[in-house]
Amino acid sequence: MATKLVFLLLLTAFSVQAQAKETPADNYKAYCVQCHGSEGTGKGVNVRDMSVVPRDHTDAKSMSGRSDETLFKAIKEGGPSIDKSILMPPWGSTLSDEEINDLVQHLRMLCKCKFG
Amino acid sequence: MKRMILVTVLGFSGAVLAEGGMLQESCAACHNIKGPATQTLKAAFEKKGPALFYAGNKYRQEWLVSWLQKPSRIRPAGMYYGGHIKPGPKGDEIDTSTLTDHIALSKADATSVAAELMKLKPHNDLIAKEKIESGTISKQMGEMAFNKFLGCMACHLIEPEYGGVSGPELYTAAKRLQPQYIVSFIRSPQAWEPKSMMPNKNLSEVNIQKMVHYLETLSKEATNGH
Repeated sequence: MATKLVFLLLLTAFSVQAQAKETPADNYKAYCVQCHGSEGTGKGVNVRDMSVVPRDHTDAKSMSGRSDETLFKAIKEGGPSIDKSILMPPWGSTLSDEEINDLVQHLRMLCKCKFG
Repeated sequence: MKRMILVTVLGFSGAVLAEGGMLQESCAACHNIKGPATQTLKAAFEKKGPALFYAGNKYRQEWLVSWLQKPSRIRPAGMYYGGHIKPGPKGDEIDTSTLTDHIALSKADATSVAAELMKLKPHNDLIAKEKIESGTISKQMGEMAFNKFLGCMACHLIEPEYGGVSGPELYTAAKRLQPQYIVSFIRSPQAWEPKSMMPNKNLSEVNIQKMVHYLETLSKEATNGH
């Protein structure tokens, strides 16, 4: 019994560690900056040949036109899920729902704006 | 005297290589050769080169032998890309001053290191799941499918001067990588590297197979062009 308990505890500790949450700033730096740019202005290192320019996350006007749910969906399922570009890929296998929610809040910080 | 030292050094390097010593001594400074895969972004940001602990599941041996003798950059913005960009007038650009070149090995060392790397196969299970269906796809059709409809070019160069630069170049991928690895990695990048910069695009089996055919088409063209 005691052995089983220790095993269970170890298993729990391991799975928590394996799914350790990243900070939204680190997730943004890892996955978003390549296209949306180090300043979040949509001028990432990848944009030269793109047919559609990535969203400027500091643009309060356009960002306030998107609800948190829409931003969540775009990150999780990719651009086409909100009728936007295929160049924005789905990050649902990379990020947990909690991390995506954090990223949405990070975007609100960058645009200094709310929906509506 | 000099000759004696040279012979000693050569003899030593041969002995070290025979034990896979170069991997431990030199390669391990920049590459993860023992596993497990990187588990945190903080560690991913520090990466100086791709993980090699599953090299035997990933690379084509003949390509390793040739590349190690004449290494060229595969990721235009280095690894990790965020450590090699700077703000420019039109947006972020690659800061080439921060990029370092890979050392070139002699033919003998390259052959021996490649042989050692090919022994590293911890992911035979992932490879065994994959089958390659033969087929071809024209460059034009491939471009339509994978750039217009799937958007690979956002992060990858599909020609030497066309595409994104944060990921590895795609036009040489089929020359570098085993087809089963390509299929497995596209199907689930996170199964290989939990902190991979590559998203899982949830491609259908048909599209994954077509992707391999397209990469083969691109690589053949790149070879012919050289």
